[in-house]
Amino acid sequence: MAYKERLNGRKFDETRKIEAKAGVIPRADGSAMFKIGNTWAYAAVYGPRNLHPKFLQDPSKGILRCNYNMMPFSSSGDRVRPGSSRRSKEISLVTEKALLPVLDLSEYPNSVVDVFIEFPQTEAGSRCAGICAAAMALADAGLAMKDLVAAVSVGRVDDKLLVDLDYNEEAYEEGPVADIPIAMSPNYGKVTLLQMDGLISKEQLKKVIEMGKKACKDIYEVQKKALKDRYKI
Amino acid sequence: MNNQIRTHIIKLFNSDRRLDGRKLTEYRKVDVQLNATSTAEGSARVKIGETDVIAGIKTEVMEPYPDSPSEGSIMVGVELLPLSSPDFESGPPSARAVELARIVDRGIRESKCLDFKSLCIKEGEKIWMVIIDVCIINDAGNLFDAAALAAIAALKSMRFPEYKDDKIDYKKKTDKGLELKDLPIEVTVIKIGDKFIVDADSEEEKAIDARLTVASLSDGTLCAMQKGGDFPLTDEDICKMVEIGIEKAKELRKLVK
Repeated sequence: MAYKERLNGRKFDETRKIEAKAGVIPRADGSAMFKIGNTWAYAAVYGPRNLHPKFLQDPSKGILRCNYNMMPFSSSGDRVRPGSSRRSKEISLVTEKALLPVLDLSEYPNSVVDVFIEFPQTEAGSRCAGICAAAMALADAGLAMKDLVAAVSVGRVDDKLLVDLDYNEEAYEEGPVADIPIAMSPNYGKVTLLQMDGLISKEQLKKVIEMGKKACKDIYEVQKKALKDRYKI
Repeated sequence: MNNQIRTHIIKLFNSDRRLDGRKLTEYRKVDVQLNATSTAEGSARVKIGETDVIAGIKTEVMEPYPDSPSEGSIMVGVELLPLSSPDFESGPPSARAVELARIVDRGIRESKCLDFKSLCIKEGEKIWMVIIDVCIINDAGNLFDAAALAAIAALKSMRFPEYKDDKIDYKKKTDKGLELKDLPIEVTVIKIGDKFIVDADSEEEKAIDARLTVASLSDGTLCAMQKGGDFPLTDEDICKMVEIGIEKAKELRKLVK
Protein backbone atom coordinates (compact mmCIF):
# COMPACT_ATOMS: atom_id res chain seq x y z
CA MET A 1 0.00 0.00 0.00
CA ALA A 2 1.43 3.34 -1.00
CA TYR A 3 1.75 6.29 1.36
CA LYS A 4 -1.08 8.33 -0.16
CA GLU A 5 -1.67 10.92 2.49
CA ARG A 6 0.53 11.88 5.40
CA LEU A 7 -0.51 10.32 8.68
CA ASN A 8 -0.45 13.76 10.24
CA GLY A 9 -2.61 15.36 7.55
CA ARG A 10 0.12 17.73 6.36
CA LYS A 11 0.88 18.39 2.70
CA PHE A 12 4.04 16.65 1.49
CA ASP A 13 6.01 19.89 1.40
CA GLU A 14 4.55 21.27 4.62
CA THR A 15 6.49 21.54 7.88
CA ARG A 16 4.99 21.24 11.33
CA LYS A 17 3.95 24.47 13.07
CA ILE A 18 6.98 26.63 13.83
CA GLU A 19 7.50 29.13 16.63
CA ALA A 20 10.69 31.09 17.17
CA LYS A 21 11.87 33.69 19.64
CA ALA A 22 15.21 35.40 20.18
CA GLY A 23 16.66 36.61 23.47
CA VAL A 24 15.03 34.08 25.80
CA ILE A 25 17.94 33.50 28.20
CA PRO A 26 19.01 36.78 29.83
CA ARG A 27 22.32 35.45 31.25
CA ALA A 28 23.58 34.39 27.82
CA ASP A 29 25.32 36.66 25.29
CA GLY A 30 22.81 35.50 22.71
CA SER A 31 19.92 33.06 22.84
CA ALA A 32 16.90 31.73 21.01
CA MET A 33 14.05 29.29 21.19
CA PHE A 34 12.91 27.31 18.16
CA LYS A 35 9.91 25.02 18.25
CA ILE A 36 8.76 22.83 15.38
CA GLY A 37 5.76 20.66 16.21
CA ASN A 38 6.56 18.88 19.46
CA THR A 39 10.31 19.39 19.12
CA TRP A 40 11.46 22.27 21.21
CA ALA A 41 15.01 23.68 21.27
CA TYR A 42 16.76 26.35 23.29
CA ALA A 43 20.17 27.66 22.32
CA ALA A 44 22.48 29.94 24.26
CA VAL A 45 25.72 31.52 23.10
CA TYR A 46 28.52 32.45 25.46
CA GLY A 47 31.56 34.29 24.15
CA PRO A 48 33.81 35.00 22.50
CA ARG A 49 35.53 34.10 25.78
CA ASN A 50 38.80 32.66 27.01
CA LEU A 51 39.47 29.14 25.85
CA HIS A 52 40.83 26.52 28.19
CA PRO A 53 42.63 24.15 27.92
CA LYS A 54 45.17 26.29 26.13
CA PHE A 55 46.24 23.74 23.53
CA LEU A 56 42.82 24.09 21.88
CA GLN A 57 43.48 27.76 21.16
CA ASP A 58 43.96 28.92 17.60
CA PRO A 59 46.09 32.07 17.33
CA SER A 60 44.62 32.90 13.91
CA LYS A 61 40.92 32.86 14.84
CA GLY A 62 38.31 31.98 17.42
CA ILE A 63 36.82 28.52 17.50
CA LEU A 64 33.20 27.42 17.66
CA ARG A 65 32.16 24.76 20.15
CA CYS A 66 28.64 23.31 20.08
CA ASN A 67 27.01 21.13 22.66
CA TYR A 68 23.79 19.26 21.86
CA ASN A 69 21.99 17.85 24.87
CA MET A 70 18.57 16.39 25.55
CA MET A 71 17.01 17.12 28.92
CA PRO A 72 16.42 13.87 30.84
CA PHE A 73 12.63 14.11 30.41
CA SER A 74 12.65 15.26 26.78
CA SER A 75 11.97 11.89 25.19
CA SER A 76 8.52 10.34 25.08
CA GLY A 77 10.14 6.98 25.87
CA ASP A 78 12.60 6.15 28.65
CA ARG A 79 14.44 8.83 30.60
CA VAL A 80 17.55 10.10 28.83
CA ARG A 81 20.53 9.69 31.13
CA PRO A 82 22.24 13.02 31.78
CA GLY A 83 25.68 13.54 30.29
CA SER A 84 26.99 13.13 26.80
CA SER A 85 26.46 10.03 24.67
CA ARG A 86 27.95 8.88 21.38
CA ARG A 87 24.85 10.23 19.66
CA SER A 88 24.99 13.66 21.29
CA LYS A 89 28.72 13.98 20.58
CA GLU A 90 28.21 13.28 16.90
CA ILE A 91 25.30 15.69 16.64
CA SER A 92 27.30 18.37 18.44
CA LEU A 93 30.06 17.93 15.88
CA VAL A 94 27.85 18.09 12.78
CA THR A 95 26.03 21.09 14.29
CA GLU A 96 29.36 22.88 14.60
CA LYS A 97 30.18 22.11 10.97
CA ALA A 98 26.71 23.27 9.89
CA LEU A 99 27.14 26.67 11.52
CA LEU A 100 30.82 27.40 10.96
CA PRO A 101 30.66 28.35 7.25
CA VAL A 102 28.51 31.42 7.92
CA LEU A 103 30.47 32.60 10.94
CA ASP A 104 33.47 34.94 10.91
CA LEU A 105 35.58 34.45 14.02
CA SER A 106 38.80 35.89 12.60
CA GLU A 107 38.68 38.80 15.01
CA TYR A 108 38.79 36.60 18.10
CA PRO A 109 42.11 34.74 18.15
CA ASN A 110 42.60 32.22 20.99
CA SER A 111 38.94 32.51 22.01
CA VAL A 112 35.94 30.25 21.93
CA VAL A 113 32.30 30.83 21.12
CA ASP A 114 30.27 28.27 23.04
CA VAL A 115 26.83 27.26 21.83
CA PHE A 116 24.70 25.17 24.18
CA ILE A 117 21.61 23.54 22.71
CA GLU A 118 19.04 22.00 25.02
CA PHE A 119 15.72 20.27 24.46
CA PRO A 120 12.88 20.25 26.98
CA GLN A 121 10.80 18.16 24.57
CA THR A 122 11.58 16.22 21.39
CA GLU A 123 9.74 14.35 18.68
CA ALA A 124 11.90 13.88 15.56
CA GLY A 125 14.00 16.50 13.84
CA SER A 126 15.81 17.68 16.96
CA ARG A 127 19.22 18.29 15.39
CA CYS A 128 17.61 20.52 12.76
CA ALA A 129 15.61 22.44 15.35
CA GLY A 130 18.80 22.81 17.39
CA ILE A 131 20.69 24.23 14.42
CA CYS A 132 17.88 26.71 13.69
CA ALA A 133 17.92 27.89 17.31
CA ALA A 134 21.72 28.03 17.42
CA ALA A 135 21.97 30.15 14.26
CA MET A 136 19.49 32.62 15.74
CA ALA A 137 21.36 32.70 19.05
CA LEU A 138 24.65 33.46 17.27
CA ALA A 139 22.98 36.33 15.43
CA ASP A 140 21.41 37.51 18.69
CA ALA A 141 24.89 37.53 20.25
CA GLY A 142 25.90 40.06 17.60
CA LEU A 143 28.60 37.94 15.99
CA ALA A 144 29.67 38.66 12.42
CA MET A 145 27.76 36.32 10.11
CA LYS A 146 27.48 36.04 6.36
CA ASP A 147 24.07 34.46 6.57
CA LEU A 148 21.80 32.56 8.94
CA VAL A 149 21.49 28.78 8.83
CA ALA A 150 18.12 27.07 8.51
CA ALA A 151 17.65 23.34 8.83
CA VAL A 152 14.93 20.76 8.29
CA SER A 153 14.75 17.06 7.74
CA VAL A 154 13.46 15.82 4.42
CA GLY A 155 13.00 12.29 3.26
CA ARG A 156 11.09 9.58 1.69
CA VAL A 157 8.26 7.49 3.04
CA ASP A 158 7.40 4.67 0.69
CA ASP A 159 7.00 6.24 -2.77
CA LYS A 160 6.53 9.80 -1.51
CA LEU A 161 9.07 12.55 -0.93
CA LEU A 162 8.33 14.85 1.96
CA VAL A 163 9.50 17.55 4.31
CA ASP A 164 9.89 17.50 8.10
CA LEU A 165 9.26 13.88 9.04
CA ASP A 166 7.59 13.30 12.38
CA TYR A 167 8.03 10.30 14.65
CA ASN A 168 5.39 8.14 12.98
CA GLU A 169 6.84 8.78 9.55
CA GLU A 170 10.37 7.95 10.67
CA ALA A 171 9.00 4.71 12.09
CA TYR A 172 6.82 3.85 9.05
CA GLU A 173 7.02 0.12 8.45
CA GLU A 174 4.99 -0.58 5.34
CA GLY A 175 7.60 0.69 2.90
CA PRO A 176 11.13 2.07 2.68
CA VAL A 177 11.95 5.26 4.59
CA ALA A 178 14.83 7.71 4.24
CA ASP A 179 15.49 10.45 6.77
CA ILE A 180 17.74 13.25 5.54
CA PRO A 181 18.48 16.14 7.85
CA ILE A 182 19.83 19.09 5.91
CA ALA A 183 20.94 22.58 6.86
CA MET A 184 21.65 25.40 4.51
CA SER A 185 22.63 28.97 4.21
CA PRO A 186 19.42 30.31 2.68
CA ASN A 187 20.90 33.30 0.86
CA TYR A 188 23.75 31.38 -0.77
CA GLY A 189 21.73 28.22 -1.31
CA LYS A 190 24.58 26.08 0.00
CA VAL A 191 24.17 22.97 2.09
CA THR A 192 26.10 22.91 5.39
CA LEU A 193 24.71 19.73 6.91
CA LEU A 194 23.71 16.58 5.14
CA GLN A 195 23.09 13.24 6.74
CA MET A 196 21.02 10.34 5.62
CA ASP A 197 19.64 7.15 7.02
CA GLY A 198 17.58 4.88 4.81
CA LEU A 199 17.13 3.98 1.19
CA ILE A 200 16.70 6.44 -1.69
CA SER A 201 17.62 6.77 -5.38
CA LYS A 202 19.85 9.58 -6.59
CA GLU A 203 16.97 11.08 -8.60
CA GLN A 204 14.79 11.13 -5.51
CA LEU A 205 17.62 12.64 -3.49
CA LYS A 206 18.02 15.48 -5.97
CA LYS A 207 14.30 16.25 -5.81
CA VAL A 208 14.03 16.02 -2.08
CA ILE A 209 16.96 18.36 -1.52
CA GLU A 210 15.15 20.91 -3.66
CA MET A 211 12.11 20.52 -1.42
CA GLY A 212 14.35 20.99 1.62
CA LYS A 213 15.81 24.17 0.22
CA LYS A 214 12.38 25.62 -0.24
CA ALA A 215 11.37 24.69 3.31
CA CYS A 216 14.61 26.19 4.66
CA LYS A 217 13.79 29.47 2.97
CA ASP A 218 10.44 29.54 4.75
CA ILE A 219 12.11 28.67 8.06
CA TYR A 220 14.64 31.44 7.42
CA GLU A 221 11.80 33.96 7.21
CA VAL A 222 10.52 32.82 10.62
CA GLN A 223 14.03 33.10 12.12
CA LYS A 224 14.54 36.54 10.62
CA LYS A 225 11.22 37.79 11.89
CA ALA A 226 11.96 36.57 15.42
CA LEU A 227 15.31 38.36 15.41
CA LYS A 228 13.76 41.55 14.11
CA ASP A 229 11.00 41.38 16.72
CA ARG A 230 13.64 41.20 19.44
CA TYR A 231 15.19 44.51 18.42
CA LYS A 232 12.10 46.34 17.28
CA ILE A 233 11.70 49.88 18.57
CA MET B 1 32.65 40.28 45.46
CA ASN B 2 33.40 43.94 45.11
CA ASN B 3 33.48 45.31 48.65
CA GLN B 4 31.90 48.58 47.64
CA ILE B 5 28.86 46.82 46.17
CA ARG B 6 28.55 44.82 49.37
CA THR B 7 28.70 47.99 51.45
CA HIS B 8 26.10 49.53 49.19
CA ILE B 9 23.81 46.49 49.49
CA ILE B 10 24.04 46.61 53.29
CA LYS B 11 23.41 50.34 53.35
CA LEU B 12 20.27 49.86 51.29
CA PHE B 13 19.16 47.03 53.61
CA ASN B 14 19.21 49.43 56.55
CA SER B 15 16.41 51.37 54.90
CA ASP B 16 14.56 48.13 54.00
CA ARG B 17 15.43 48.37 50.33
CA ARG B 18 17.34 46.29 47.83
CA LEU B 19 19.21 46.87 44.58
CA ASP B 20 16.12 46.20 42.49
CA GLY B 21 13.76 48.14 44.79
CA ARG B 22 12.25 45.15 46.60
CA LYS B 23 11.66 44.90 50.35
CA LEU B 24 13.94 42.54 52.28
CA THR B 25 11.53 39.63 52.48
CA GLU B 26 9.84 40.16 49.15
CA TYR B 27 10.07 37.66 46.28
CA ARG B 28 10.38 38.69 42.68
CA LYS B 29 7.38 37.74 40.55
CA VAL B 30 6.89 33.98 40.85
CA ASP B 31 5.22 32.12 38.03
CA VAL B 32 4.36 28.41 38.11
CA GLN B 33 3.25 26.71 34.91
CA LEU B 34 2.16 23.08 35.16
CA ASN B 35 2.62 20.55 32.32
CA ALA B 36 5.38 22.54 30.65
CA THR B 37 6.62 19.66 28.52
CA SER B 38 4.54 16.90 26.98
CA THR B 39 7.20 14.18 26.88
CA ALA B 40 7.45 14.02 30.69
CA GLU B 41 4.95 12.19 32.89
CA GLY B 42 4.64 15.38 34.91
CA SER B 43 6.35 18.74 34.62
CA ALA B 44 6.40 22.33 35.72
CA ARG B 45 8.20 25.46 34.73
CA VAL B 46 8.95 27.98 37.45
CA LYS B 47 10.12 31.51 36.89
CA ILE B 48 11.23 33.70 39.75
CA GLY B 49 12.07 37.03 38.21
CA GLU B 50 14.51 36.12 35.44
CA THR B 51 15.39 32.78 37.01
CA ASP B 52 13.87 30.09 34.82
CA VAL B 53 13.80 26.36 35.62
CA ILE B 54 11.91 23.38 34.31
CA ALA B 55 11.27 20.16 36.21
CA GLY B 56 10.22 17.00 34.42
CA ILE B 57 9.34 13.55 35.70
CA LYS B 58 10.03 10.20 34.10
CA THR B 59 8.98 6.95 35.70
CA GLU B 60 10.74 3.61 35.63
CA VAL B 61 9.80 0.20 36.95
CA MET B 62 12.54 -1.59 38.85
CA GLU B 63 13.28 -3.96 41.69
CA PRO B 64 12.79 -2.47 45.15
CA TYR B 65 15.76 -1.76 47.40
CA PRO B 66 16.44 -4.82 49.61
CA ASP B 67 15.75 -2.84 52.82
CA SER B 68 12.30 -1.68 51.67
CA PRO B 69 10.74 -4.44 49.54
CA SER B 70 7.29 -2.88 49.53
CA GLU B 71 8.26 0.70 48.76
CA GLY B 72 8.89 2.62 45.59
CA SER B 73 11.10 5.66 45.65
CA ILE B 74 11.97 9.02 44.19
CA MET B 75 15.20 10.32 42.73
CA VAL B 76 16.03 13.98 42.16
CA GLY B 77 18.62 15.31 39.76
CA VAL B 78 19.49 18.94 39.10
CA GLU B 79 21.23 19.96 35.91
CA LEU B 80 23.09 23.25 36.15
CA LEU B 81 23.08 23.53 32.38
CA PRO B 82 25.96 25.57 30.93
CA LEU B 83 23.24 27.16 28.80
CA SER B 84 21.88 28.95 31.86
CA SER B 85 24.92 30.80 33.17
CA PRO B 86 28.50 31.64 32.18
CA ASP B 87 29.55 30.11 35.51
CA PHE B 88 28.36 26.57 34.75
CA GLU B 89 30.40 24.04 32.79
CA SER B 90 29.57 20.85 30.94
CA GLY B 91 30.52 17.61 32.57
CA PRO B 92 29.62 15.56 35.60
CA PRO B 93 27.46 17.27 38.26
CA SER B 94 29.38 19.75 40.39
CA ALA B 95 29.21 19.69 44.19
CA ARG B 96 26.81 22.59 43.94
CA ALA B 97 24.46 20.68 41.64
CA VAL B 98 24.55 17.66 43.94
CA GLU B 99 23.84 19.74 47.05
CA LEU B 100 20.95 21.41 45.28
CA ALA B 101 19.49 18.08 44.15
CA ARG B 102 19.83 16.57 47.60
CA ILE B 103 18.12 19.50 49.29
CA VAL B 104 15.20 19.29 46.86
CA ASP B 105 15.08 15.52 47.40
CA ARG B 106 15.06 15.79 51.19
CA GLY B 107 12.41 18.48 51.22
CA ILE B 108 10.05 16.06 49.47
CA ARG B 109 11.20 12.77 51.02
CA GLU B 110 11.32 13.89 54.64
CA SER B 111 7.96 15.66 54.47
CA LYS B 112 6.36 12.19 54.10
CA CYS B 113 3.89 13.87 51.77
CA LEU B 114 4.32 10.95 49.41
CA ASP B 115 3.55 7.43 50.57
CA PHE B 116 6.33 5.31 49.05
CA LYS B 117 4.21 2.22 49.66
CA SER B 118 1.77 3.50 47.05
CA LEU B 119 4.60 3.16 44.50
CA CYS B 120 4.85 -0.58 45.03
CA ILE B 121 3.59 -2.73 42.17
CA LYS B 122 4.51 -6.17 43.51
CA GLU B 123 6.20 -6.58 46.85
CA GLY B 124 9.82 -7.61 46.61
CA GLU B 125 9.70 -7.58 42.83
CA LYS B 126 8.53 -4.40 41.15
CA ILE B 127 8.20 -0.80 42.22
CA TRP B 128 7.86 2.58 40.56
CA MET B 129 10.89 4.82 40.62
CA VAL B 130 9.81 8.43 40.14
CA ILE B 131 12.69 10.44 38.72
CA ILE B 132 12.49 14.21 38.93
CA ASP B 133 15.02 16.11 36.86
CA VAL B 134 15.28 19.86 37.27
CA CYS B 135 17.01 21.72 34.43
CA ILE B 136 18.09 25.31 34.84
CA ILE B 137 17.36 27.46 31.79
CA ASN B 138 18.44 30.82 33.20
CA ASP B 139 20.19 31.40 36.51
CA ALA B 140 19.34 34.81 37.92
CA GLY B 141 19.68 33.72 41.54
CA ASN B 142 17.75 31.63 44.06
CA LEU B 143 17.93 28.31 42.23
CA PHE B 144 17.17 26.48 45.49
CA ASP B 145 13.65 27.78 45.86
CA ALA B 146 12.92 27.68 42.14
CA ALA B 147 14.11 24.07 41.79
CA ALA B 148 12.19 22.88 44.86
CA LEU B 149 9.01 24.61 43.77
CA ALA B 150 9.27 23.21 40.24
CA ALA B 151 9.87 19.70 41.60
CA ILE B 152 6.83 19.67 43.89
CA ALA B 153 4.63 21.25 41.20
CA ALA B 154 5.79 18.60 38.71
CA LEU B 155 4.91 15.86 41.21
CA LYS B 156 1.48 17.35 41.57
CA SER B 157 0.90 17.27 37.81
CA MET B 158 2.29 13.75 37.34
CA ARG B 159 0.25 10.98 35.71
CA PHE B 160 1.45 7.39 35.57
CA PRO B 161 1.94 5.83 32.14
CA GLU B 162 0.22 2.53 31.49
CA TYR B 163 2.03 -0.53 32.84
CA LYS B 164 0.96 -3.83 31.36
CA ASP B 165 2.65 -7.21 30.89
CA ASP B 166 5.89 -5.99 32.49
CA LYS B 167 6.14 -3.07 30.08
CA ILE B 168 5.63 0.66 30.38
CA ASP B 169 3.67 2.22 27.56
CA TYR B 170 4.69 5.87 27.76
CA LYS B 171 2.32 6.76 24.94
CA LYS B 172 -0.64 5.89 27.16
CA LYS B 173 -0.91 8.10 30.19
CA THR B 174 -3.44 6.96 32.77
CA ASP B 175 -5.37 9.41 34.89
CA LYS B 176 -3.77 8.04 38.02
CA GLY B 177 -1.60 10.62 39.71
CA LEU B 178 0.34 10.77 42.93
CA GLU B 179 -1.42 11.37 46.17
CA LEU B 180 0.35 14.21 47.96
CA LYS B 181 -0.71 14.57 51.56
CA ASP B 182 0.91 17.96 51.90
CA LEU B 183 2.95 20.41 49.86
CA PRO B 184 6.41 20.89 51.33
CA ILE B 185 7.82 24.24 50.24
CA GLU B 186 11.42 25.35 50.50
CA VAL B 187 12.43 28.92 51.23
CA THR B 188 16.06 29.99 51.33
CA VAL B 189 16.70 32.78 53.80
CA ILE B 190 19.92 34.68 53.40
CA LYS B 191 21.97 36.63 55.89
CA ILE B 192 24.04 39.55 54.71
CA GLY B 193 25.55 41.71 57.45
CA ASP B 194 22.93 41.60 60.20
CA LYS B 195 19.93 41.52 57.86
CA PHE B 196 17.86 38.67 56.45
CA ILE B 197 16.46 38.52 52.95
CA VAL B 198 14.66 35.99 50.76
CA ASP B 199 14.97 35.34 47.03
CA ALA B 200 18.47 36.72 46.51
CA ASP B 201 19.34 37.64 42.95
CA SER B 202 22.73 36.85 41.37
CA GLU B 203 24.31 40.05 42.67
CA GLU B 204 23.13 39.51 46.24
CA GLU B 205 24.20 35.87 46.15
CA LYS B 206 27.79 37.00 45.76
CA ALA B 207 27.51 38.97 48.98
CA ILE B 208 25.96 36.36 51.26
CA ASP B 209 27.39 35.52 54.66
CA ALA B 210 25.13 32.57 55.37
CA ARG B 211 22.03 30.94 54.00
CA LEU B 212 19.47 28.63 55.49
CA THR B 213 17.09 26.65 53.33
CA VAL B 214 13.96 25.82 55.28
CA ALA B 215 11.40 23.30 54.04
CA SER B 216 8.04 23.41 55.77
CA LEU B 217 4.55 21.95 55.59
CA SER B 218 1.16 23.71 55.48
CA ASP B 219 0.87 23.69 59.28
CA GLY B 220 4.33 25.18 59.71
CA THR B 221 6.09 21.95 60.68
CA LEU B 222 9.66 21.91 59.44
CA CYS B 223 10.71 18.94 57.33
CA ALA B 224 14.24 19.67 56.11
CA MET B 225 16.91 22.31 56.48
CA GLN B 226 20.35 23.07 55.16
CA LYS B 227 22.77 25.78 56.16
CA GLY B 228 25.22 27.14 53.66
CA GLY B 229 27.60 30.04 53.35
CA ASP B 230 30.95 30.69 55.01
CA PHE B 231 29.78 32.40 58.18
CA PRO B 232 28.23 30.91 61.33
CA LEU B 233 24.74 31.65 62.64
CA THR B 234 23.63 32.39 66.20
CA ASP B 235 20.55 30.66 67.60
CA GLU B 236 18.62 33.93 67.37
CA ASP B 237 19.56 34.10 63.69
CA ILE B 238 18.27 30.58 63.15
CA CYS B 239 14.94 31.31 64.88
CA LYS B 240 14.40 34.42 62.80
CA MET B 241 15.34 32.69 59.57
CA VAL B 242 13.05 29.74 60.27
CA GLU B 243 10.19 32.12 61.02
CA ILE B 244 10.69 33.97 57.74
CA GLY B 245 10.99 30.64 55.91
CA ILE B 246 7.67 29.31 57.23
CA GLU B 247 5.91 32.61 56.56
CA LYS B 248 7.10 32.92 52.95
CA ALA B 249 6.38 29.23 52.25
CA LYS B 250 2.69 29.99 52.78
CA GLU B 251 2.78 32.52 49.92
CA LEU B 252 4.57 30.14 47.55
CA ARG B 253 2.30 27.20 48.42
CA LYS B 254 -0.72 29.12 47.10
CA LEU B 255 0.90 29.17 43.65
CA VAL B 256 1.02 25.38 43.42
CA LYS B 257 -2.49 24.72 44.71
